[in-house]
Amino acid sequence: MKGQDNEMGTNRRVAVLATLAVLILVGCGGPGPAGANSGTSGGIHNPSDGRGGTLRYANSGDWDSLDPADTYYAYSWNFARLYGRSLVMFKSAPGAQGATLVPDLAESLGRSSNDAKTWTYTLRPGVRFEDGTPVTSRDVKYAVERSLDKATFPNGPTYFNDVLDLHGYTSPYADPDPDKLGLRAIETPDDRTIVFHLRKAFSGFDYLAQTPATMPVPRAKDTGSKYKEHVVSTGPYLFQTNELAKRFTMVRNPQWDAATDPNRRPLPDGITVDLNVNADDVDNRLLSGDLDVSIEGSGVGPSAQGRVLGYQARRANTDSASVARLWFTALNSDVAPLNNVHCRKAVLYATDRAGYQRAYGGPTGGEIATNMLPPVIPGAQRFDLYPSPKHLGDIAKAKDELVQCGAPGGFATSISYRAERPKEKATAEALQQSLARAGINLEIKPYPLADYLRLYAGKPDFAKANNLGLIVYGWGADWPDGYGFLSQIVDSRVIRPTGGNSNLGIRDPAIDQMLDQALVTTDAVARQQIWVNIDRKVMEDAFALPGVWAKGLLYRPPNLTNVFISDGFQMYDYLALGTTRR
Amino acid sequence: MGIYIVRRMIAAVWLLLIVTAATFVVFFLVPRLAGATPDDLASRYAGRTASPEVIHQIAIKLGFTDPIWVQYGRFVKGLVLGADYSTGPTTVHCPAPCLGYSFLTQNPVLPDLLDRLPVTMSLAAGGALIWLLAGVSTGVISALHRGSVFDRAAMGVALAGVSLPIFFTGLLALSVFSYWLGITAPGGSYTPINENPLHWAYDLLLPWITLAFLYAAGYARLTRAGMLDTMGEDFIRTARAKGLPERTVVLRHGLRAALTPILTIFGIDLGLLLGGAILTESTYSLPGIGKYSVDAVVNNDLPKVLGVVLVGSMFIIVANLVVDLLYAVVDPRVRYQ
Repeated sequence: MKGQDNEMGTNRRVAVLATLAVLILVGCGGPGPAGANSGTSGGIHNPSDGRGGTLRYANSGDWDSLDPADTYYAYSWNFARLYGRSLVMFKSAPGAQGATLVPDLAESLGRSSNDAKTWTYTLRPGVRFEDGTPVTSRDVKYAVERSLDKATFPNGPTYFNDVLDLHGYTSPYADPDPDKLGLRAIETPDDRTIVFHLRKAFSGFDYLAQTPATMPVPRAKDTGSKYKEHVVSTGPYLFQTNELAKRFTMVRNPQWDAATDPNRRPLPDGITVDLNVNADDVDNRLLSGDLDVSIEGSGVGPSAQGRVLGYQARRANTDSASVARLWFTALNSDVAPLNNVHCRKAVLYATDRAGYQRAYGGPTGGEIATNMLPPVIPGAQRFDLYPSPKHLGDIAKAKDELVQCGAPGGFATSISYRAERPKEKATAEALQQSLARAGINLEIKPYPLADYLRLYAGKPDFAKANNLGLIVYGWGADWPDGYGFLSQIVDSRVIRPTGGNSNLGIRDPAIDQMLDQALVTTDAVARQQIWVNIDRKVMEDAFALPGVWAKGLLYRPPNLTNVFISDGFQMYDYLALGTTRR
Repeated sequence: MGIYIVRRMIAAVWLLLIVTAATFVVFFLVPRLAGATPDDLASRYAGRTASPEVIHQIAIKLGFTDPIWVQYGRFVKGLVLGADYSTGPTTVHCPAPCLGYSFLTQNPVLPDLLDRLPVTMSLAAGGALIWLLAGVSTGVISALHRGSVFDRAAMGVALAGVSLPIFFTGLLALSVFSYWLGITAPGGSYTPINENPLHWAYDLLLPWITLAFLYAAGYARLTRAGMLDTMGEDFIRTARAKGLPERTVVLRHGLRAALTPILTIFGIDLGLLLGGAILTESTYSLPGIGKYSVDAVVNNDLPKVLGVVLVGSMFIIVANLVVDLLYAVVDPRVRYQ
């Protein structure tokens, strides 16, 4: 998800000394953070039922949109549960439990037909909008319909566009039906039942039903691209004021009824969110107690890490969140000699993975990845097909593979990275050094971040013409699940010749076939095994060089109660938080 | 004088048209020449997983498929006549002068800018007042007591002020005065002046001083050099010989002559600042035009960039006009026809 994508904020160029201090500290295996995703007893810090107070959030950037149809940040999906109820949701619970789906607006998880192409949900009775109007299945249908209109709501994910049997339906705003409910792929036989008809089998449909796109929207209040100015709440809080791009405040929603909602125990009476706050100032305010939560959940910035980890008292208030994100380097099988599996294996053997980790700030930045699926994803397994002592690389094996590849003396190719990202630059340089040990010589080529996928590394003919054999990249899951993580980076059928690809050269019919098989496998455990098999196949064929499974260093001020990291969003669960500050 | 102002205003309109056209060229023509298709441009404003069809739809909606001169014509038309815009279920009219709608947030640009203008104006006005008073008076005293302890200390501090960037002094000041000592407002504080003038001043005190520190330093050095020059002129000797009090000699004769170049610089500085005090606003998270412009540029949000460019250039043009008119007041030798 885009969530952690912009973790190198443009204005974090301050206090170089502090950053250096951190790098040294971390590089020497200095003191680490206190908690982890499921560290302490029960995983909850300061457990409390205390209601009241105002919780203060700040965002160093801005939302893509508060409109549930138009948002694609992990923190936004986490936060949206405060003002909206989707059909199902990630459980508000610490650690692995937080990655399980529970019914929210619906009474149970989706009931699927045998072919996983029809999914039915029954809504709970008694749920109301903030103005007292009862929520019906038609409001959910309308919400999903409008989320299909990507010209009006460009930011949201396109999963419903991809899986629903649309019959050419584009938008309720162009719908001849007087009720604007003309989409045949969704049926609402009565007020409480909603049925989704899919174009193709999709075993993980409940994950789509947890996206904010299924949060009901009353048609009478829909103002299209202006709806984000006042989203009508179904959750425990409603918008009191909303100054776009500056701040908004929320208060309790009197129409929200705890009896209809087993998942939420809202503690604070109010919520304030400041937007576009200087990233370093966010960290400073967090440490000084002027702020409760840095909402992006990507962790403390580099210049504040030293001040956090350097003091015992503050270190005790930190958590290291394992994130469903992998920093990796794709080995482009389009480019000779990397079209030969042995040459790709040579790269994997020759790599100094400890150097890769150092490029991302050492253990604070993440742990050394030996395969693709981040461990925080349910069912993921760790394995290492290219082991070496201390992860420093195995040059003998690399040279052996080079002989089998027909390039005993090594070969030359290029490595690309996103120019604005110092960590990726460090990665490219570390790889250049470590691969040179086996005679593999890399020419380093930076490209601008904004057009990296569209015009350069993600455009197959450009990558081939410029000999981009190695492509430095990173990928986060839209939700912690094999499909959410893998589908866009290993499926050869998503590669478009026009560019904009996130699959940077993995072309294997066997992998495509396994993906299809997973989509019709409704048994979760069997499905998880398929994801692991795909992971293994990618590594056996050496299509990618995994680098680091990302981690974020989160800081929780002492006044924050009921704090835990949920594996569902891999940051603090915003539904559970409370404060002792009255 | 009146004709002179009208002539300058007409020239200003042309200048603004040229500036906006240049912005258009940078945004649209240069990428086109580099081989980007309208769809490539549109994909910046589409979601991450947008299909080619969706991207093309957005390209049409944002007007990228039209030739660039048609797009520029549409922009100018919006300025003069206003424009209509679809929010999905309804169509909204944006009255003239319509600066268009953000490609990303789909909010109209002009209300956003007007909303942020008071923040930038407050910041610039307060900062300018402080730096002008502090800078010029320090410069005068330094020049009169050349080589004294005050002169050396002041010029030392001034050198530091010119050299230290705002994102350093600003964050340092915040850490010390707001978070450690707790005597000034934390970052991101802003109260409109019509709500509570005292709060307004309290919230802006630190940004003002930070901003003023940078500029005052330059003005002090400039004033000092100018004063040293003028105080050695013949007319100063004459004034003293006439038996005028030293105070009058320094202020009426010396400073007035040394003020002309400072006024020039001040006009440009103030105009630039009104177009957005980018670093100060970013450091203190003030929702002003500078912060707006940074976000606009980072996101390639052309209508916002155009809006800021237009407003910024307007301020520079007006500030320069005011300065030119003030010359006549400060220096009687200058006359405009």
